Amino acid sequence: MTWKQMFTSSVGKKFVMALTGIFLISFLVVHVGLNACIWANDNGKMFNVAAHFMGTTILVRIMEIGLFLGIIVHLVQGYILNLQNQKRRSVGYAVEYGNRGSKWYSRSMGLLGTLLLLFLIMHIWHFWTPSRFGGMWSVQPLSEVTYPGTQIEYHNLYAEMLTVFQNPIIVILYVIGCISLAYHLMHGFESSFRTVGVHNNRYLTLIRYTGRGFSIIVSLAFAMMPVSMYLGWVK
Amino acid sequence: MEHYNMDLTLKIWRQKNRQSKGGFRTYEVKNISSEMSFLEMIDVLNEQLIMEGKEDPIAFDHDCREGICGMCSMYINGKPHGPWKATTVCQLHMRAFKNGETITVEPWRANSFPVVKDLVTDRSAFDRIIQAGGYISVNTGNAVDGNSVAVDKEKSDKAFYAAACIACGACVAACKNSSAMLFVSAKVSHLGLLPQGAPERQTRVVSMVAQMDKEGFGSCTNIQACEAACPKEISITNIARLNGEYLSAGLTMENKLTT
Repeated sequence: MTWKQMFTSSVGKKFVMALTGIFLISFLVVHVGLNACIWANDNGKMFNVAAHFMGTTILVRIMEIGLFLGIIVHLVQGYILNLQNQKRRSVGYAVEYGNRGSKWYSRSMGLLGTLLLLFLIMHIWHFWTPSRFGGMWSVQPLSEVTYPGTQIEYHNLYAEMLTVFQNPIIVILYVIGCISLAYHLMHGFESSFRTVGVHNNRYLTLIRYTGRGFSIIVSLAFAMMPVSMYLGWVK
Repeated sequence: MEHYNMDLTLKIWRQKNRQSKGGFRTYEVKNISSEMSFLEMIDVLNEQLIMEGKEDPIAFDHDCREGICGMCSMYINGKPHGPWKATTVCQLHMRAFKNGETITVEPWRANSFPVVKDLVTDRSAFDRIIQAGGYISVNTGNAVDGNSVAVDKEKSDKAFYAAACIACGACVAACKNSSAMLFVSAKVSHLGLLPQGAPERQTRVVSMVAQMDKEGFGSCTNIQACEAACPKEISITNIARLNGEYLSAGLTMENKLTT
């Protein structure tokens, strides 16, 4: 079998979805961990230093390219597969019972993914572009901050967060984004491991419960960030 | 369970041939016994249609009528093989329905299963997938003495559960992607788990998946609707096993496979 055959058959295309999916899941671990620094209650110092590290370390910047590639491959392949799969049944059923035995979010990965994409565009525009390109497309120019003991000027991303999350509509949109993420992961986490061939029932059980826990905890943690900033829970 | 008779309204898909458009026709049947099977109820309707002489009887697939051949295939009220779990439509009995109910009957819907006539679909795509690799190439001879070939009990159980697949196509009918993965994975598991089928594991999975793609079935998104619709309760764990077999073939097979 050739590499091309391996990744372009119907099973192979799913490998691509699963592998990029698992990669994006691993990114979420890093993202949620770093962002949790806002709760250090030190007026954003720990968070800004962590963000500075991520933004200035060469290895992280290289991995960032991989991250964007991963997202693009995952979403393009996802849309292509979704479209192709829909075309497999030209004449539909008159009675759609819903699918007995399947969950609505498992059947709606395309829709949830689209919501996530819309969220991601907004999210990148809020934080990533101003941090990388200065105030170019920023909501407001990023303020710089220095901390005693160092001469480094840090992007005050913490202040950016505080500003962005003063708007209740933005906070609600972020919470909707996090709910979409939770349901997307609720199916995607377990499904990706099944797709790469995990069929041992002991591991499947482990992955199922890890996946559900991960989806809820990570999404809840993300959702609590804008909410706690809006409600002034962070100092 | 108490016996009762019922009058029913049936909305049934009628289609003259592959090319024609087709549509629903409504029929009334009276005095249907709750102990009849669903196919017997259709037989009664067909007798009625023949007696009236106005239109052709309804064409539908059936053979053994005891739930093992995999020929019967009706999508009843939005479910492949009807409302009962782990039951083919021939084993679905009329006690599943109430007097005065309206029942909608459709053929399997998938471009890979074109409608031949009324409720009959062409499922030869499955045969071609089997021809692509769902077999053992050599004659493995007579039954050998018990235990002369060691087979792990756990594996033999899994192989037997997978071998229960009757290739009816309900998995494709239930799947939103019209994917045939449950069927193909049942065959791959059934043969690959046993010692006689093991030497051809890699070529088998690659050839069968290639044929499955050629036939135009969709890809699997692990939504599990197939497993719920399967009259033989084939587990989707088989699909994960197929994925694993395919991955290992993809990583280690040196020769390009021509199919």
